[in-house]
Amino acid sequence: MSDKEVGLQGPAPEERPHPEGRRNSQGIRIDPEAESEPERRRTVFSAIVEDEPGVLSRVAGLAARRQFNIESLTVGPTTVDGHSRITMVVEEPDPGIDQIEKQIAKLKPVISIGELDDDAVRAELVLLKVRGEDPDKVHAITEMYDGTTLDAGPETITVQLTGDERKIDDAVDAFRRFGIIEIARTGQTALAHGAKKTVPGEEPGTSGEPTKPTTNTQ
Amino acid sequence: MSERTAAAADADASSQSDDDPTQTEVTSGATAVVRALENAGVETAFGVQGGAIMPIYDALYHSDIRHVTMAHEQGAAHAADAYGVVRGDPGVCLATSGPGATNLVTGIADANMDSDAMLALTGQVPSDMVGSDAFQETDTTGVTAPITKHNYFASSPDTVGDTVGEAFALAAEGRPGPTLVDLPKDTSLGETDREPGEARPPETCRPRTDPDDAQVEAAARAIEQAEKPLLLFGGGVVKGNATDVARNFATEHQIPVVTTMPGIGAMPEDDELCLSWAGMHGTGYANMAITHTDCLIAIGTRFDDRLTGGIDTFAPEAEVVHVDIDPAEISKNIHADYPVVGDAGTAIERIGAEMEHSPDAREWREQCLVWKDEYPMDYAAPEDEPLKPQFVVEALDEATPDETIVTSGVGQHQMWAAQYWTFREPRRWVSSHGLGTMGYGLPSAIGARLAADDDETVVCVDGDASFLMTIQELSVAVREDLDITIAILNNEYIGMVRQWQDAFFEGRRMAAGYEWCPQFDKLAEAFGARGWTVDSYDEVADAIEEALAYDGPSVIDFHVDPAENVYPMVSSGAPNGKFALSEDQL
Repeated sequence: MSDKEVGLQGPAPEERPHPEGRRNSQGIRIDPEAESEPERRRTVFSAIVEDEPGVLSRVAGLAARRQFNIESLTVGPTTVDGHSRITMVVEEPDPGIDQIEKQIAKLKPVISIGELDDDAVRAELVLLKVRGEDPDKVHAITEMYDGTTLDAGPETITVQLTGDERKIDDAVDAFRRFGIIEIARTGQTALAHGAKKTVPGEEPGTSGEPTKPTTNTQ
Repeated sequence: MSERTAAAADADASSQSDDDPTQTEVTSGATAVVRALENAGVETAFGVQGGAIMPIYDALYHSDIRHVTMAHEQGAAHAADAYGVVRGDPGVCLATSGPGATNLVTGIADANMDSDAMLALTGQVPSDMVGSDAFQETDTTGVTAPITKHNYFASSPDTVGDTVGEAFALAAEGRPGPTLVDLPKDTSLGETDREPGEARPPETCRPRTDPDDAQVEAAARAIEQAEKPLLLFGGGVVKGNATDVARNFATEHQIPVVTTMPGIGAMPEDDELCLSWAGMHGTGYANMAITHTDCLIAIGTRFDDRLTGGIDTFAPEAEVVHVDIDPAEISKNIHADYPVVGDAGTAIERIGAEMEHSPDAREWREQCLVWKDEYPMDYAAPEDEPLKPQFVVEALDEATPDETIVTSGVGQHQMWAAQYWTFREPRRWVSSHGLGTMGYGLPSAIGARLAADDDETVVCVDGDASFLMTIQELSVAVREDLDITIAILNNEYIGMVRQWQDAFFEGRRMAAGYEWCPQFDKLAEAFGARGWTVDSYDEVADAIEEALAYDGPSVIDFHVDPAENVYPMVSSGAPNGKFALSEDQL
């Protein structure tokens, strides 16, 4: 038999002391007076992965379900059999960039991942198909951007351009005057500057040594 | 392996010295799979038969592994999950391709959210038919990639044994979680005599266990200087078998402790330092402490939103020390001022050894005790109102031994069980925390029963709506003659939904009523279990006594007050310190 009349007791919410402190949306303590959210920045990750079926979909799926903002993603073989390199351009605030690196590092086929420094060398390739009415001018612009003509006919001219993102953007703008019919861009790929390792644990040179897995500490 | 399990394994080893378990002879992919399970020490597996998994079952025919046929694959996944939680090593479940695999999905997702080690084995159509939309074909590795640590498509009979061994090892390695191996029929049936090698987790998934010196030092300095230190024990303390180390640390330095829900039992809830669990329906004193601490030492927790409430006001005065074996959890939701990446037990020991003195926190400890007095966990039970569910939980706790294992479904009953049962040991509270899977209670009780020692008591506290979601598993409990006491806190509602409708949807009780519920006592009897119905306080003790005394599955249908609500409550996104004690405070 129970006859308890009194339930939960205690001061009501407004009668309790409440601290002044606040955190921002990243869970970082901030000065409540100076509300600030971290700004997005664009950066490049390079990862050495085991070349097994579905590895690209695992990386892409992870990015999609965690709402990571991926600008481009490329994949290709390395000097080591069975290893591929994935290069990924992302744009997030710093805590998000940190999360991307650590979540991708957890994927089993990912051997090692690293964020590239600002001085990394980057390039992408674009194929542009433009109207063929003015072949001389198309040729001139193509030369200006160190491009190559891959296909030329009375109706269309297709050129290939390579370079960093800025150069490609400029080139695409320059070709607009001819009327761009089709465009295909590969997305950026990149390597660390000089003798620096692109990915932690990666063996430099052509030794063919497989990259060694590394563990994160924070 | 937990100490309990290790002791049990030693006992088994000595009693079975003349009667070693048989080792399956490897002649095919399927026998290699079973051999890999035997090598991993698997004693029990849960599953449901079906076309594409038949070769594996055929290989189990001669194995000493006990296979428990469940009524539904979801039940198999939950049973395996709970088996793993109680035992401390991965549970195993099996299902066929297509619907068998998709029925496992809820249970795999549940294990993933709660970081429970589990291995799922699924049948698959033959490799040459994959991609043709064959009968019972589903892209199982595709479907389960987001909810597993990793999954494997086993493409060769020669390597499938190693793959299963690796998947089992990976499930338990570092932060635990579910793994899956998809087994196309040609791999299972294909001939091989290659015995699986030593089971090892993949090279690319080896966590850092021993933390970095600088991190340990920085954390120790921060704790020494704290004036209001608070330990937060998460599920990682339990899963890392760090309970003893964690308790010693709290006691030695006299630091108050709150837990998360999965961390329940990491600290004895009747210890003066323990403030029970924090979060949406946690105790008022735990939420006060977390609001006012200046140094939150969080161990093995992912700062789930049900724990933090609004991120902007979570532990707003605290420097955060965050110990976790998964670096990705550091600063994911709450920024860690002092990250410590490593195994929970090792990290706590290292930090303890590094500390030169305990924090000076006498006033803070007294403040925590004042909050305990100020916000006692209690409920009103006037004589003119129907039976209160909290009373039933307290009565069950009182009638059962201290080390009783309690499983639950999801909803109001789950919260009352967690609030009003006093847990003193880890791996005794088995529930669906992160995913919030209604229907988890009964199949998890079956898994827990098979993992527990014979002299341990297993109780499932369930809700009427939760129980109905997986009620078919009662047939398994009857067939296997499992001693489980199921207490249904029946309020004829999806009670938590009804509570939210009343609080936030102006009382429009859309699709929340379960007044058409079957008579659970009669249903229990129809299954071959025993059943009781309890309507009043007078009948509670007797029914519990009879049900506990009955050596088999028993169901007590407690008709409890349909108007009762779960409080304290922190509204979604609200500050923990503003927990409401009743609806008018929301």
